[in-house]
This record gives sequence, C-alpha cells and structure tokens, in this order.
Amino acid sequence: MGDNTRHASETVERFLDSTLESVDRAEELAVGAAERAGFDEDDLMKIGMAVRESMVNAVVHGNRYNENKKVRLSVTRNSSRFTVRIADEGEGFDFDGLPDPLASENLMRTSGRGIFLIRSFMDEFQVRRLDPGGTEVTLVKYMVSK
Amino acid sequence: MSVKLNVRQVGDVSVVDVAGRITLGEGSSALRDALRDLVSKGQNKILLNLGEVSYIDSSGIGELVSGFTSVRNAGGELKLLNLTKKVQDLLQITKLYTVFDIWDSESNAIIAFK
Repeated sequence: MGDNTRHASETVERFLDSTLESVDRAEELAVGAAERAGFDEDDLMKIGMAVRESMVNAVVHGNRYNENKKVRLSVTRNSSRFTVRIADEGEGFDFDGLPDPLASENLMRTSGRGIFLIRSFMDEFQVRRLDPGGTEVTLVKYMVSK
Repeated sequence: MSVKLNVRQVGDVSVVDVAGRITLGEGSSALRDALRDLVSKGQNKILLNLGEVSYIDSSGIGELVSGFTSVRNAGGELKLLNLTKKVQDLLQITKLYTVFDIWDSESNAIIAFK
C-alpha cells in the first residue's frame, strides 16, 4: 500500500442496533478503517478496544438495549487524525462522576474500567450531550507519518 | 470468535484452559459460569491458563477480578498462567498485575498452590 493510499481521507458511517452484535460490528469497522490508515498492530488493538468500550457504554448504559434506539457510528480520517464518533439516544451519563479505577479502594471492583481504558488508549477523548437527548463520544488517534 | 474453555484436573488443582476472546456477553459469562461451577463443587485451587486468549475487554477484566475474589472467599486461590503481552499490558495499566499471582510455568504454578 502506497503512502498516498494510506493517508487518503475516508469516512464510514453506520446506524447500528442497540445489541452486543453491533459492538462487534463497530469494532470491525473501526479497526478495518484504522488498518487501511496504516496503524500498527498495537494501535489497532487500542483503537478496537476504545471503540468496543464506547459502544458497550452506548448500547448497555445509554440505549439500554432498546430496540427502538440506534447507535450512530462514524469513522473519519484525514492526514493528521483518525476520529471515531459514537452517539446514543439515551438519557445521558455522568462521566465526570466516575470513581478512579486505580484508587486502592476501587482496585477490586468488577466494573468501572471502560472509560479509563478509552482515555489510556486514545490521544483525545471528548463527551458531549446531544439535543434533545443522547450522548456522543469522540475518540481521536493521531496519524503518524511513516 | 468467542471463548472456549476446557477444565482439566492436575492433582487437586483445576486448570482452566481459556482460548479466544473474553468480552462482554458470551465470553465473560462462560468464564463466570465455569469458575462458579468449580467453586460450587468445592474446587478452590484454580489455575487459569490464558495463553490462548487473544483479547480481553473491561468486562473480561471484571470477570477475572470477580473470580479471584469469589475463589478467595471460598478459602481457595486463583492464579493466572501464560499471559499474552496484550493481557499483561492491560493488567499493568489497570494496576491489577500485582494483585494476581501470575506464572509462566504450569508445573511451578501447581507446586505453588498451598
């Protein structure tokens, strides 16, 4: 694959059902686009996991598996940024109120690590409330010229 | 795509060979069921062989923590064997690497059970 192909712009957009199958589908789509963008295996794993964790939040905590609600996935890339946006139609979630999973009192908790992993694996992570309802997360990985 | 589990007995230690993906849904619930089943049968020396685990998400990590706690509460021990680099990295960034008893050699791990 030549550099021109690797760094060409690309946009993928899907409206996905609120199911765990959609979590797998979103991960496949994002990792496929990241692979075409030229990310190495380590970054592909990080992007895939960040997308998976974000999709789980959208499907499970946002839309609560509601079959009437969709999750919008968009993946875009240009020469400098690989961006994934995931939006649900849920009632919103207080991302700032999450306990620190690395604090000693939380270390043995069985949940609460998803957002921490997303922040660890991506270069940027933003959350915004949508009007009239829903939450959109934006995940960004910087493109590195090879 | 999902997880495969095989339980074998080595002396009084139950070795659970795990292969595939431990993720929310089928993967994590299969692991939870296998560990619960062993503990309910009084098998509380458990060695979890993760050598063929290609992927684990936060739900899978939660199942490892849950299994560790439930086996310990039953008076036993759960140890981990053959971590792939991906799983090892995940346990390190979540600060769980020092919580679990982690081994590279099955025979040494088995000897280490009290």
